[in-house]
Amino acid sequence: MNGKKILSQFKEGLLTNNPVFVQLLGMCSALAITTTVINALGMGLSVTAVLICSNVIISLLRKIIPKQIRIASYIVIISGFVTVVEMLLKAFAPAISKSLGLFIPLIVVNCIILARAEAYASRHSVLPSAIDGLAMGVGYTVAVVVLAFVRELFGSGTILGITVLGDWYKPVGMLINPAGAFITLGCIIAAVQKFLMKKQDRDFKKEGNEGKVNG
Amino acid sequence: MVDILILMFSAILIENYIFSKFLGICPFLGVSDKPSTAVGMGFAVTFVMTISSAVTYGVYYLVLEPLGVEYLQTIAFILIIAALVQFIEMFLRKYIPALYSALGIYLPLITTNCAVLGAAMLNIQEGHNFIESVVYGFSSAIGFTLALVIFAGVRERMALSKPPKAFRGVPIALVAAGLIAMAFSGFLGISFN
Repeated sequence: MNGKKILSQFKEGLLTNNPVFVQLLGMCSALAITTTVINALGMGLSVTAVLICSNVIISLLRKIIPKQIRIASYIVIISGFVTVVEMLLKAFAPAISKSLGLFIPLIVVNCIILARAEAYASRHSVLPSAIDGLAMGVGYTVAVVVLAFVRELFGSGTILGITVLGDWYKPVGMLINPAGAFITLGCIIAAVQKFLMKKQDRDFKKEGNEGKVNG
Repeated sequence: MVDILILMFSAILIENYIFSKFLGICPFLGVSDKPSTAVGMGFAVTFVMTISSAVTYGVYYLVLEPLGVEYLQTIAFILIIAALVQFIEMFLRKYIPALYSALGIYLPLITTNCAVLGAAMLNIQEGHNFIESVVYGFSSAIGFTLALVIFAGVRERMALSKPPKAFRGVPIALVAAGLIAMAFSGFLGISFN
């Protein structure tokens, strides 16, 4: 486990393999709770906490859980942590718990967590799994915060409840509506795709040139 | 009776699971390529959601509440749904093979469909009684199916068009879904009170 590897894991989680923008996982919550930045932050941190804990436990138990019932076991482990997060939020952040509502317990069926358990934690040791959980969780948080930032800024002219755009700005109410969520996310994913395509082209050209030099 | 009809109507159109509640987006984007698969998935979800609404209602009020362990709701419900899906799959394979071959491939996907778990938990949250729970589960699933079929039709047309390169695939699908959601938000104006 060296610094370089950790860095590449974070790069994957944040950009090249971002759970929301590239892997297209966990779309339900990403669309539903991004009306305000504070909601997005709360949801992002909850998902990150569950992701790290479940990755660690699943990685610890990876040699004990029989292959046939692994998905069911993962779901039980994940729902245990989700219940913990749900109760903690209810006790210490009742306002956020209320506005996120149904989507906190629904973290159980959020595909990001099950996907990381199956694709990463069940095959790697504890430390890399924990870092993977953190990296993917941060990637999810950044994605929902970006989405919420656009929606809150242009939809109600505020950020974190503070008015940023003055009286001259007429908020675009549609962005706060479900329709706005779909369209904003579509545009952001298109932008990320464009960026990744450009990067791929560049890498491809670079490789091609190097090939020529060597040849 | 009127209450039940209002509940049905609002679950199907006004509070559509896809376009206003954002539940079940993954299968919505995954299996809405063709109207035929959309209908298959829709029926499978309707089947499971109606039964799971009834079963989770029973488990919550007959087991969890008397024992005072309501906080186990999430774990209990997801396990019930997973077991139920498995059971329905085995039952259909044995007794109704025709239905099994039609729904078979969609059934395992339903366990992780948040619409099913969402309906079960909303029933408890809203304090529906048994009949209301079953009707709510059924009609929400019909709303889900409706959204899926409409979107599959749109997507078939979209496959023939040429959006900009970056928008190909999911982004353009999301934008189209946004436009349909806008149409559905027209139902918000309807009120029964």
